[in-house]
Parts: sequence; structure tokens; C-alpha cells
Amino acid sequence: MHELAVTESILQIVLQSAEENGATKVTDISLTIGALSSIVDDSVQFYWDHISKGSIAEEAKLHFNRILAKLKCQNCGNEFQLIEELTPCPNCQGINLQIIAGEEFQVDAIEIEKEVNNEPKS
Amino acid sequence: MSQRVEIVKRIMDSNEQLAEQNRQKLDQHGVFCINVMASPGAGKTSLILKTIANLPDDLRLGVIEGDTAPVTIDADKIVNAGMPAVQINTGGDCHLDANMVGLALDQLDLDALDLLLIENVGNLICPAGFALGNHANILIASIPEGDDKPYKYPNIYRNIDVLIINKTDLLPYVDFRMDYFREGVEMLNPGLKTFALSAKTGEGVQAWVDWLVEKVLSSRG
Repeated sequence: MHELAVTESILQIVLQSAEENGATKVTDISLTIGALSSIVDDSVQFYWDHISKGSIAEEAKLHFNRILAKLKCQNCGNEFQLIEELTPCPNCQGINLQIIAGEEFQVDAIEIEKEVNNEPKS
Repeated sequence: MSQRVEIVKRIMDSNEQLAEQNRQKLDQHGVFCINVMASPGAGKTSLILKTIANLPDDLRLGVIEGDTAPVTIDADKIVNAGMPAVQINTGGDCHLDANMVGLALDQLDLDALDLLLIENVGNLICPAGFALGNHANILIASIPEGDDKPYKYPNIYRNIDVLIINKTDLLPYVDFRMDYFREGVEMLNPGLKTFALSAKTGEGVQAWVDWLVEKVLSSRG
């Protein structure tokens, strides 16, 4: 699987955003992963623990928001979930299907810590 | 002090930007590029060799070979057929990405090419997720793999421009329900351009080669 390459990409996005926001530490990372992206959560977390070492995002907790794959039949309008294998529309057996969910694959947000600004407010 | 920062950035963005750069480079040099994907053993190299043999002599072709291990068997076969070939050893990675292809493009004299074939790593899952910057995605499915592959690997069937069904000479010996297979493909990629052929016997190869040549010529403008 290609989780290593993907995890490196996540790290890059996270560190860039952390830097832009003056973070000293990244504690949490929220990801949305659609079922059709063929990514295994555990593998991403495994690689993450290795490649984030020594960065300010070391030990950050990854939170996976999983989106199920959903299809819409273009024949009868029925919406149904794709569980494991592709099937025709369970309502009308139509095969003209459109994917309406499950392709998402993004970094949504990070939780960061910042230095507390000790300068007295005037 | 703790703070939540909204990002909402697609994880594949950086690969896709590199793919776009590759595409621009190919277009600048007038090279039509195809990405050939398949499972291991579907006949990628055999079909590439057969394709090379059937292309017009004046069509200048190059090949980028993706491999997971540092063996040069496939690249040697291509070089022996007289083509410039660059091998990318992915170091165990399961797919080519846009960065690897970009580095390989630097090693080729693109002005001396009309057509570039990229042979991706044999795999039906990972290559589907990584854009390379090529103009057309080709998937080779082969009869002995079974007729259920579109149902089990929907992603790769959705992101292709041409499907080649290889090893049709084995149809009499294998339980392969062509209707069932094609219905799965139709669900994922309606109206997909499909060629059924045998790289071994050569049956059906010419129609595929004709399509390819037509694409190369029309991309020259």
C-alpha cells in the first residue's frame, strides 16, 4: 500500500500550517478519509509515529473521520452504500451509477500549542 | 495556549501539482504520454513489446519502466527492442508517483520522442491514486485474472481512458464471464474505450495500435 507516501504528504501539510500559525507543538490532527481512497488508518498511524519523530508534530494524535462510499442510481435516483463489492442498484438493478461520497481524502484541521505571550498588555 | 487551525487541504495536492508540471513539460515537447497499469502478470511488458513492433517506423517512442526492485529484466527487453528506456526503481513502493516520473523525464530527450509509454508497477490499487501527468490512463486486464476484478478494484477502473482485455486466446480454457466483467466496467466507467486482444497471437492488437497512433498524430496538432 502507499500509506508511507501519503503519510509524508500529511506531515508536510501539517508542518506547513503549524509554522504559518506559530505553533510550538501539534497535538491533534483531523483527517477525512473516504472509503474509496484505499487507505488503512492503522498503517497511517504506524508510519506517522516514525516519520514525525523529532518534529513539532511528534506524538500528535491522528483522528480519522471515515466517510462511507455512497452511490446514486442515475436510473431511479436511489442512493445506497457501497459496502465491499460494487453492485447494481438494489432498487432497480440499474448500472448507471454515480459516486456521491467516499472519495474524500484531506487534512481537515490541527490542534496546536503556542507560546503564551507574557508581555504585559498596555 | 491551545488552538484549533482549520486547514481542509487535499492530501494528494502536492502530487497533483507535480503531475501538472509533468504534463506541461510533455506538451511543450509535443510528446503524447500514456500510463499503462495492470496487475502483475497481466502482460504489460509483452503488450508494450507487441505495440512497439506494430507502430509505424517513423513514430519515435520512449519507455519509462516502473519496478519495485532493482531488476532490469523489463527495461532490458525494451532496450533490446531499440527504444530509449528509463527504469525507475521504486525501492519497494507499490506505485509510481509524479515526482519519480518527473525525474525520469529529465533523463529522456523529449524532443526526440512522439510517444512515451510509462509502465507502472504491477498493482491494481495504488497506481490509481497517483496522477503522473500523462495524457491517457490504460489498464490491461487479462482473462486468467478472473471476471470479478472491476467489482473488487473499482478505483482503477474508474480512472482509466482505455481498457485492454489481454490473453483472449485463453478464453476457451478459463471460466471468464465476459458479460459479467463488462457490466462491472460499465457501472464504473460508462462507454469506456475497450480493446480485446491477445499480445501472444497478435489478434486484435492492430485496432489498439491504430487508436494509439491516431492519438499521437492528433496531439501533434
